[in-house]
Amino acid sequence: MSLAPSQPIRPPIPPSTGPAIRTRRKLGNRVNKPYPGWFYAPAAVIYGVLFIAPTLASFYFAFTRWSFAETEFVGFDNFVTFFTEPRLFKGFTNTFIYAVLTSGAKVVLGLLLAIVLTSGIFARGYLRAVIFFPVLVSTVGVGITFKILLDPFDGLVNKALAVIGIQGPGWLTDPSLALLSIAAVDVWKGIGLATLIYIAGIVAIPNEYFEAAKVDGASAWAVFRHITVPMVRPAMITVIILSLIGGLRTFDLIWAMTGGGPGFASDVIASTIYKQYAAGFYGLSTAGNVVLFLVVTAAVLPLYLFLNRKSKDL
Amino acid sequence: MSQRFRTRPFTAALAIGALALAGCSGGGGGEDDGPVTLTWYMGAGVPDDIATAEQLAADFSAANPDVEVVVDASGPAGVEIDAQIRTKLGTGDMADLFWYNSGALMKQLNPDQQLLNVGDGAWVEDLSEDYRGTVSTENGTYGAPVGAAMGGGFFYNVPVYEELGLEVPKTWDDFMANNEAIKAAGVDPVIQSYGDTWTSQMIFLADYFNIQAAEPDFADDLTANETTFAETPAALASFQKVEALAEADHFNVDFQNLVLDQAIAKLVNGEGAHYPILTFAQATVQQNFPDDADDIGFFPVPGGSAEDHGLTTWMPSSVYAPATTEHPEEVKRFMAFVASPDGCDSITEARGVTGPYVVAGCEIEGDVSRIVEDMLPYFEDGATSPALEFLSQVKGPNLQAFTVEVGTGISTAEDAARAYDADNAVQAQQLGLEGW
Repeated sequence: MSLAPSQPIRPPIPPSTGPAIRTRRKLGNRVNKPYPGWFYAPAAVIYGVLFIAPTLASFYFAFTRWSFAETEFVGFDNFVTFFTEPRLFKGFTNTFIYAVLTSGAKVVLGLLLAIVLTSGIFARGYLRAVIFFPVLVSTVGVGITFKILLDPFDGLVNKALAVIGIQGPGWLTDPSLALLSIAAVDVWKGIGLATLIYIAGIVAIPNEYFEAAKVDGASAWAVFRHITVPMVRPAMITVIILSLIGGLRTFDLIWAMTGGGPGFASDVIASTIYKQYAAGFYGLSTAGNVVLFLVVTAAVLPLYLFLNRKSKDL
Repeated sequence: MSQRFRTRPFTAALAIGALALAGCSGGGGGEDDGPVTLTWYMGAGVPDDIATAEQLAADFSAANPDVEVVVDASGPAGVEIDAQIRTKLGTGDMADLFWYNSGALMKQLNPDQQLLNVGDGAWVEDLSEDYRGTVSTENGTYGAPVGAAMGGGFFYNVPVYEELGLEVPKTWDDFMANNEAIKAAGVDPVIQSYGDTWTSQMIFLADYFNIQAAEPDFADDLTANETTFAETPAALASFQKVEALAEADHFNVDFQNLVLDQAIAKLVNGEGAHYPILTFAQATVQQNFPDDADDIGFFPVPGGSAEDHGLTTWMPSSVYAPATTEHPEEVKRFMAFVASPDGCDSITEARGVTGPYVVAGCEIEGDVSRIVEDMLPYFEDGATSPALEFLSQVKGPNLQAFTVEVGTGISTAEDAARAYDADNAVQAQQLGLEGW
C-alpha cells in the first residue's frame, strides 16, 4: 500500500522509441496501478466467487421457487407477493421509519456529544470510552439485556418509573411503541461510533478558525453554526451514510428483542426475509433480498452523490 | 508455459490431500474400529424431548454394543430450528438422525428426495394408521415416533372449579359463562403466554375437532384450494374464540410477556383458571409441581354442541434420517428399536405417560397424571380428530403472529382469517402444491 504514493506520476520515458509509444499510451490509463494485472487475480477470484457470482445468482433465484434441489421459474410472482401482502409490505415501510429515525438521531445526538467530548470537559477520556463501549458489545446481547430491562412488569425501566409515580407502557408489547423502543436501543448502541467519527472530524478543524472567530467576538452559537457544522461536513456525510445503511438492513437487534412482533408490528425487510427463509420459501426470501439491495442502493446512492456534490461546492 | 509448470505441484498436493481425506473416512466407517457412532441432532427448546432422546439412545446403545447413538441437542428453539433442519438437509450436512415434527412440517422437507426411506422395516406395520400417514408419502415411510399421541385443549385448575362450583364445559357458551364466574371471583379466567409466541396458536389449533365436526371435508378442500378460513364460518370461529376471550379481557395482565413455564406456575398457583396447551406440558407440571399435579385437569376446546364434543389430537414427533447418512443399516435398526415396546418403555421412563402410544404392543403402565386421565376417554371413545397439520400440507408459517394480533387486539378475527388464507396461499405456491 505504501508503494502507491511513491510511484512517479509521470514516469521517465524509456529510451527505445518503438515500445515507448505503447507504454506511454498504456500508462495514460494505468498511472495509478503499480502492480501487473495478474497480481490482482487472487483477490478478483475471491471477490468474484464469493460476492459477484452469488449476487448475480440471487437475481436469477429471485424469479423462481426453489428448494435447493429444483427451481421453477415464476417471473415476477415473488415480487408481486412481496408488495401485495400487507404484512410483508409493513416490513417495507417499517424499514424506512426505523432507518430515518435511528440515522437522524445518531447524526444530531452524535454531533452534540462530540462537541461536548472535544471541549475541556472533566474526565474526557473516560466519558469518550463510556460512550463508545456499547459499540463493542454483541448486538444480540444488547437486545436480550434490553428485552429484560424493558419488561413491562419486572423490568428495571418500568420499576424505576413506578418509583416516581409513572406507570410505564409495554415498551416492546405495545404495537405502536415496539419499533420506536428498538430504535431507541439502536441509537444507544450505535451512537458511540457516530460520536467517534464526529470527534475525529472536529479535532481535524484547524484551530485558527476558532481563534479568528474569537477575535471577531463570535458567539458560541455562531462558532457552532458557521465553523463546526460546515467543517465537519465530511464526517457528517460518513455518519449519515453508515447509519442509514445500517438502519435499512438492521436485523439482529430486532430479532433479539421482539422477533418482529407483536404480530408484525416491528417487522422490517430483513426480519421478513429471514422468516420467509425459515419457512423454506427460498425464492421469495431471495426476492426480498433483491428488494433490500435495491432499496439500500436507491436510498443511499443518490444521497451519497448529493451530499458529496454539496461538499465540493463548499 | 512456466506458469503451467508451477501449478503442477499444487495440483498434486491437492490430489494427495483428497486421497488422505478419503482414506480417513474409509477408516472411520470400517467395521473393525469399534462401535459405529450415530449422531442425533435436535433443537434445544424442550428439555423433556432431550431427556427422551437421551434415554432412547442410552437404552439402544446398551442393547447394541456395536452402535452408539449420541444426542446433539445444540439446535436452536422455535422457528429457527426449521431453518436449520431445512438448510442442513438441503446442503447434505445433516447428522445421521434428527428429531422433527410429523405431519405437514415433515412433508415440507421434500422427504422423497432428502430423507431415508425406512418403509421396508417390518416394524412399520406396527405403527398406527393415523400416525403412519403423518410420516409417509406415496413413496415411502420416513420416521419412527419418539413420543405418545397428545391432545390439545385447556389445562384447568381443579380447586378453582370446585370452590366456585363449576362444571367442566362441553360448549363454548358454557366455557364463557364459567369464565365470567371465575373473573368475578378475582381469578384470571384464561392464561396466555405470548412470550413463547407459538403458544398463542393453541386455542386456534386445538379447535380443529370442532371445525371438522361442522365441515368434515375441510382439510381436503383446503389442500385443494377449494375453501378458506375466512369463508368457512366454523373455521373463522376458531379465530373468533381467541377474539372473544381478548375482548372480554379474560387474559392475565402480563399475557404478552409470560412464557410457558411461568404460565404453568400461574395455573398451579390458582392465579389463573385455564391455560390452553398441548398435553405434553403435563410433564412440566409434574416436574415443577409434583405435589400439585393432581390439581390440574384437562378438557378439549369446547365447540357449539355438547353432543359433538371431542378432542383435537397431535401425533408424536419423530426421528428421521437424511438420505445422505453413511450408516443406513444402523439407522434402521435404531428406528426399529424406537418403534417397539422397548422404545415405548424408554419414552415412558424419560417423560412419564403423556398419552396413548402409536405403536402396536405398547401399553400404558404405571402412574398416569390427572391431565392424561382426563384425556384418555376421548381416545377410547374415538371422539378425536387429528389436528389440521396432520391432515393437510397447507400450513402457512405465520399463524402464531396472526393469533398474537387477534389476542392483542391489533386485528380482528376476520382480518386474521383473511391474512392466514393469504399466508397459506404463499406457502402452497412456494412449495408447489397442486391447484394453487
